[in-house]
Amino acid sequence: MELHTLTIHEAARMLEKREISAIELTDAVLERIHTLDPLVDAYITVTADAARQRAKMADQMIAKGEGGRLSGIPLSIKDLICTKGVKTTCASRMLEDFHPPYDATVMDKLNAAGAVMVGKVNMDEFAMGSSTENSGIKATKNPWDLSRVPGGSSGGSAASVAADMCMGSLGSDTGGSIRQPASHCGVVGIKPTYGRVSRFGLVAFASSLDQIGPLAKDVTDAAILLNAIAGYDSRDSTSINRPIPDYTSGLTGDIKGIKIGIPKEYHAAKGVSESVTAAIDQAISVFKNAGAEFVEITLPHTDYAVAAYYLIAPAEASSNLARYDGVKYGFRSPEGQGLLDMYKNTRSRGFGAEVKRRILLGTYALSAGYYEAYYKKASQVRTLIKQDFRNAFEACDVILAPVAPSPAFKIGEHIDDPLRMYLSDIFTLSANLAGIPGLSVPCGFSTEGLPIGLQLMGNYFDETTLLNAAYYFERQTDFHRQKADLSRALNQ
Amino acid sequence: MKIAREEVLHVAHLARLSIDDDAVETFSEQLGSILEYVESLSRVDTSNVPPTAHAVEMANAFRKDEAARHLEREEAVANAPKAEEGHFIVPKVIE
Repeated sequence: MELHTLTIHEAARMLEKREISAIELTDAVLERIHTLDPLVDAYITVTADAARQRAKMADQMIAKGEGGRLSGIPLSIKDLICTKGVKTTCASRMLEDFHPPYDATVMDKLNAAGAVMVGKVNMDEFAMGSSTENSGIKATKNPWDLSRVPGGSSGGSAASVAADMCMGSLGSDTGGSIRQPASHCGVVGIKPTYGRVSRFGLVAFASSLDQIGPLAKDVTDAAILLNAIAGYDSRDSTSINRPIPDYTSGLTGDIKGIKIGIPKEYHAAKGVSESVTAAIDQAISVFKNAGAEFVEITLPHTDYAVAAYYLIAPAEASSNLARYDGVKYGFRSPEGQGLLDMYKNTRSRGFGAEVKRRILLGTYALSAGYYEAYYKKASQVRTLIKQDFRNAFEACDVILAPVAPSPAFKIGEHIDDPLRMYLSDIFTLSANLAGIPGLSVPCGFSTEGLPIGLQLMGNYFDETTLLNAAYYFERQTDFHRQKADLSRALNQ
Repeated sequence: MKIAREEVLHVAHLARLSIDDDAVETFSEQLGSILEYVESLSRVDTSNVPPTAHAVEMANAFRKDEAARHLEREEAVANAPKAEEGHFIVPKVIE
């Protein structure tokens, strides 16, 4: 049996019964990375030695009957989550050699649960992008078609899960950065409610929108990972102190009577490809068979979400990224005279084009004379978007929508047209503006054989209903079991 | 729509970025078209709508002001491009 193909819940059962050892599992995944990553380019850093050590520790714990829920499970981590002593680059030249002096809270939690980190994965620089092409290190390829993007910004996470180069991954989602790559790579990804997972040790992009979440091979694995990382943290003043349900025991597969909302504005959205529309329609009929009730809902401010987002997120980013000044950590340009020159040369050489574009946009939106017209206006529209969702959840339990307007595009196809790239986030970024949870679950394939994801959005802190609806869907379909065939590419 | 060259340079200075001539041209076009797009927000009536800064409402998060262990000084400067005896070294500030 090929161990790397296992899901987390399958592997955990086999580890518990001692049918396999954690070290065998980790070695199988490391071997897979060694073979495939030269093609996929998902990993920035592979931590093979540390992983083997942790796997051996996991075996000892399991032998003593003291294993945690993730004991011996090999995971990849997006390279903007701080890992003590392990390079955390944000895929930027700016942090090429940054070794965090502490672990993010999610890493503390994964470590306590016995997980084995096998490496840090690629992303758009500072999580700004939808294709992972904005990485300052390399472009990650989509395992389903190596000429296409894996989506982004958590492209390395999604590609590493899809290609079985880990058993699950942590990504982050500021405007769709977990859900969209999950959709493009045919895996499950969930962005939790804002405040559900601590952001301590997550390198900030847009603090009021960022949220860490899992990417996984199936819904059960996503639930296991979410349980491992969720919870209040006094080190993140925006994390929320609320009880955490057991998400896996919430997976009953019974969704009879659930009310599913279809936003009429999403149906009217332009530029949605036929294959996406067909897959979503197919998904609706699957839910109808379950006895789900469908209601038409309205999110009247949908048309303004992209505009509001692309003012708020860059404004927050321009403020957050002011810290990269060549003094405390990261790159410093040796050129120039004096402090001001050093700042400017450092930031100009350390940041890539997309990051600069967003810093400029955000600085503009916050600058004297423009603040009211841009940032404040966008924040008011955000209130209206939030209200839209509140009203919608009076009438339904879950909102069903596409994740992205089309399947994965070709590498280089949209790189010169930032606005067009931004517009493709239309279905995902509203959830970040409102703070509600959303997930992507595989729901079909395009005619070219590219995966398509279905998005489900839920009410605040109701990840349980979301996951259970996705679990029902997954049990009726086999899209999540299909794997990219990389054998031909390997033999070339 | 394009935004004026001087404006790009002014904003770049505020953001402590230096931008070469070719890039000024590209940014003035790209930022111009993005700003033109976000102009659509002006069609929304937001009179009497309070702004949202955080998605999930919450009151101030206070903690007790107690001494606790934090990073040691050497750890705190370990990633600095230039440091000496636990201090960050910066280029000359006053000419």
